[in-house]
Amino acid sequence: MLGPVDYALLFAGFAAHVCAFVCLLKKRIITQHFTLILYLGFSIAVGIGRCSILKTAGFTSPAYLYFYYYSDALTTICLYFVLMTLYAHVFSEMGVSKHVRGGAMLLLAGTAGISYYMVAASSDRLVTHFVVELGQNLYFVGVLLTYLLWGAMVKLRENRTRLVQIVLSMGVYLSLFAGAYALGNLYPELPVWRYLYPLINLWLPVSWTYTFLKVPDDARIATARVLAPNR
Amino acid sequence: MIAALIFAISIMTLLQFFVSYSRSLIAEAQGHELSEQAREICGLSENGVTVGQFKRLQQLIALCPDPGGDGFEVRAIALYFRMVCLVHTVLSWAIPSAAPWIEAERGGCAYAAAVVLDRRIAYNRMLMAQQANH
Repeated sequence: MLGPVDYALLFAGFAAHVCAFVCLLKKRIITQHFTLILYLGFSIAVGIGRCSILKTAGFTSPAYLYFYYYSDALTTICLYFVLMTLYAHVFSEMGVSKHVRGGAMLLLAGTAGISYYMVAASSDRLVTHFVVELGQNLYFVGVLLTYLLWGAMVKLRENRTRLVQIVLSMGVYLSLFAGAYALGNLYPELPVWRYLYPLINLWLPVSWTYTFLKVPDDARIATARVLAPNR
Repeated sequence: MIAALIFAISIMTLLQFFVSYSRSLIAEAQGHELSEQAREICGLSENGVTVGQFKRLQQLIALCPDPGGDGFEVRAIALYFRMVCLVHTVLSWAIPSAAPWIEAERGGCAYAAAVVLDRRIAYNRMLMAQQANH
């Protein structure tokens, strides 16, 4: 049974995604950041789907559980597309976008394959276990990809403030989810997960809204100032 | 075993990403020159913003109406400030040489908070001027 805190968190997450979606549309950056809008639109659709299943089947029903984890895996795959676009932005001058895309797709397929192999090799062979394992691995591969991207940005001295903040906020989000999923795998009975996941879910739309509202497109920042201590 | 490893690596990357993200917010604020009026209202010295003023600045920010959107920045910087304070508590006796670095980080947080306050004061002054004109 869901309490007022659960409903408040669900509503806040949904509202944050809608706000970010509207903000990005208003800024007219559809061509520049199409995958960001795609991700937010997909998250809104998933939010509506979760609410309707919650209403019809209930929070503890297998239908909600399946929908939650599978939609989460699909949302993470959408985040991979966002990451690919960010890679394309960073490497735009080097003309290696096609290779980056191919590599990311291979990695995605590999992650799904390895997750399936790991669960199929275990004794219980539960599909739900597979999807939790897949979620954890997808987020973790996302963390590694973001880390690589950030490393490349530092090396190439990328100075576009918006791009820097979007990549770093994605790093925070993916690390939070990968850590939470891994800990959730170790201690699945803890009651904190039902509050923690929706709370983490707020980070990305709120940070993106801030970046697109407050940071001008032409703003520049020295990556050295982000890495080195303040003076 | 794999889950524990993923958890450990994720926590390390989370720390690195969050520190870099907070620094990007602070670095962005450091390009802003504080106005004379803001310095006067906040009671800031000629030498700049000191670490001890962070809490007072936070209280003043809470008093000023939000022009919209910078609440997230204030919360992120406050979280980073608390994190650095925790590092200060833990490391000050173990690695005394880290003290200047920690002070510089906390000073950066305080300056970023002062910039947010400055922007809010400017926004409220503009609102009051508009109301006076009507």
